[in-house]
Amino acid sequence: MHLEDLAEKAAEYRAEEAHVEHEVRVCVAASCQSSGSLPVLEALTKACGDGGGTCKVKGVGCMGLCSAGPLVAVAKRDSDLADSLVYRDVTAADAPEIMASVRGAPVERLRCPTDQPFFARQQRIVLENSGIIDPDSFKGYVAVGGYAALVQALSEMTPGDVLREITTSGLRGRGGGGYPTGLKWSTIAKMPAGQKYVICNADEGDPGAFMDRAVLESDPHRILEGMAIAAYAVGANKGYVYVRAEYPLAVERLQTAIRKAKRAGFLGSKVADTQFAFEIEIRLGAGAFVCGEETALMASIEGLRGQPRPRPPYPAESGLWGCPTLINNVETFANIAPIIREGGDWFASIGTERSKGTKVFALAGKIENTGLIEVPMGTKLRDIIEVIGGGIPDGRAFKAVQTGGPSGGCIPEAHLDIPVDYDSLKTLGTMMGSGGMIVMDDSSCMVDVARYFMEFCMTESCGKCIPCRAGTQQMHGLLDKITRSQGTQADLTLLEELCEVVQATSLCGLGQTAPNPVLSTLRYFRDEYEQKLGDG
Amino acid sequence: MTVQQAKPPLPSDDKRWKLVNATMRRNGYTGHALIETLHSVQDAFGFLDETSLRFVAASLDLPLSKVFGVATFYHIFMLKPKGRHACVVCTGTACYIKGAGALLEGIQERYGVNPGDTTEDDRLSVLTARCVGACGLAPAVVLDGEVIGKQVKDTLVATLEELN
Repeated sequence: MHLEDLAEKAAEYRAEEAHVEHEVRVCVAASCQSSGSLPVLEALTKACGDGGGTCKVKGVGCMGLCSAGPLVAVAKRDSDLADSLVYRDVTAADAPEIMASVRGAPVERLRCPTDQPFFARQQRIVLENSGIIDPDSFKGYVAVGGYAALVQALSEMTPGDVLREITTSGLRGRGGGGYPTGLKWSTIAKMPAGQKYVICNADEGDPGAFMDRAVLESDPHRILEGMAIAAYAVGANKGYVYVRAEYPLAVERLQTAIRKAKRAGFLGSKVADTQFAFEIEIRLGAGAFVCGEETALMASIEGLRGQPRPRPPYPAESGLWGCPTLINNVETFANIAPIIREGGDWFASIGTERSKGTKVFALAGKIENTGLIEVPMGTKLRDIIEVIGGGIPDGRAFKAVQTGGPSGGCIPEAHLDIPVDYDSLKTLGTMMGSGGMIVMDDSSCMVDVARYFMEFCMTESCGKCIPCRAGTQQMHGLLDKITRSQGTQADLTLLEELCEVVQATSLCGLGQTAPNPVLSTLRYFRDEYEQKLGDG
Repeated sequence: MTVQQAKPPLPSDDKRWKLVNATMRRNGYTGHALIETLHSVQDAFGFLDETSLRFVAASLDLPLSKVFGVATFYHIFMLKPKGRHACVVCTGTACYIKGAGALLEGIQERYGVNPGDTTEDDRLSVLTARCVGACGLAPAVVLDGEVIGKQVKDTLVATLEELN
């Protein structure tokens, strides 16, 4: 298949919709569904009827502002979120009024202005189709240019060209570590030809993070396309998406997408009528945080307990069933199609010197606008929280923002002016992680937060290596003692020593980073620990 | 050449075993289908009992110890039956900061059960989840598979009271 053939198909699909002038888009991602968007969709569909032939009601993916859900956007057919009329907190009873507003005046009482910074300050690459296309529609994806990057790669580029483009883009792994994607792909491509695998890590276990979930639920074909391009570049013919069982809707949409992509010939034995073969299977996680670690994840795909093993050998050399394996995160794969389409240089022009492109963050906790945002790397933390996020509700004061989940740390007010990228967060003693940002106000006790994360790591420790298994238990005990105001200065010293030992001697990332929440709260909020010490 | 063991008979004529068998067949009865198979047992029966673990072990030609090891390693697998209703309180960071603890306290006060337990009349099981990804609606609860967000203690208990 050539690009022209695909473009023809896309034009054909668009022509099928040519009579549609307006779309009424209802968010059917998990968060809005939980706020009741399905009855809204039903009521709007009923109120629309045949829409006079020019109006269409459809379910779409996440629009970002989850706290205001269910969200409904009234838009001209090809316009994006910023140019639509967005309604918030919609109920089924509002349907007739909303339908009337398609051609009439907006319903002011439901209106959610899209010129506010939450929408205006975002730059959407990963989420460009999210909230616009119907995630279950294959035609919808192709109509907006979907699979063009895959066809372009297969018909006009060699695997080496693809690798060069990805390397030029400067894309770094979005799962948290920030390893250069081009380098990782090249390592696997260089391994001798034979069985190789591509795995998409969708085991988004960080509590407080829901970026991957939103991408999978809003634009699942994008992930399949990214994985197929990766497989072509590294020479793999089999892929797995390892997704959490806690995300049933994401699993369902992925299954639908895989089925439809296969039927259309974009997965299977002859992808896009070429000799390239690629199959994707879904593997369900079963509720173990450690399975986000790559070697544990592979063990889990093999049907074993999800326990990590020492590296090297890295999965790139010896991964799934001993074969070279590429593992990338959902958001990393979501960036691939735009990079191939627009070129690596384009991507490298966005972001900071060492962190390119955009990053999707999940804003949650004590913040006005909770939801998903995508901003260029290097955006100031203060802008994200105070401007885009709308600041702290209920007139309370900002205290800290937690990034990186149980492997990350808390950043206090004094450092809010740093531009966010992989390296700046590291110097502050935290990390990018997958992109969860939990905002805390002055009512949160930082020792308690540290204890919370330690409890998490303690329960999630797989038990294989002793520093992590026993160390997290001991640190949790000490933190618990301190939060109950029964700790002593000696306990605090012991806690700090344990942090160092566990960090230095644990087998995998879980244990090595488990002390981070303690170390970072000690670094910025030591007085809170000391206030809680007894005189023992 | 490995000798293929004869497949064990289905534990009973309960039709749900056929679903479990179908999952294993689809995966060629290989050992790496273990987690998928346990998922399908749990989907069909609600939990994993000894009969099912033995059946799966024999079918996939795995030692029972390994099957038990995997079943107990992953949090999602339940070795005890659940009550008629399941209330999963999310204890992810966002929910924690916004008061998931108070929700659990409320449930404990009213029903006297802790996470992981079921009320004596088998009406309600209380569980916790690490994060259900509904952080925008924190604190969130998954009640019988439906996510309900922005909960407070009193409304949650009132909702639970209305279940039959």
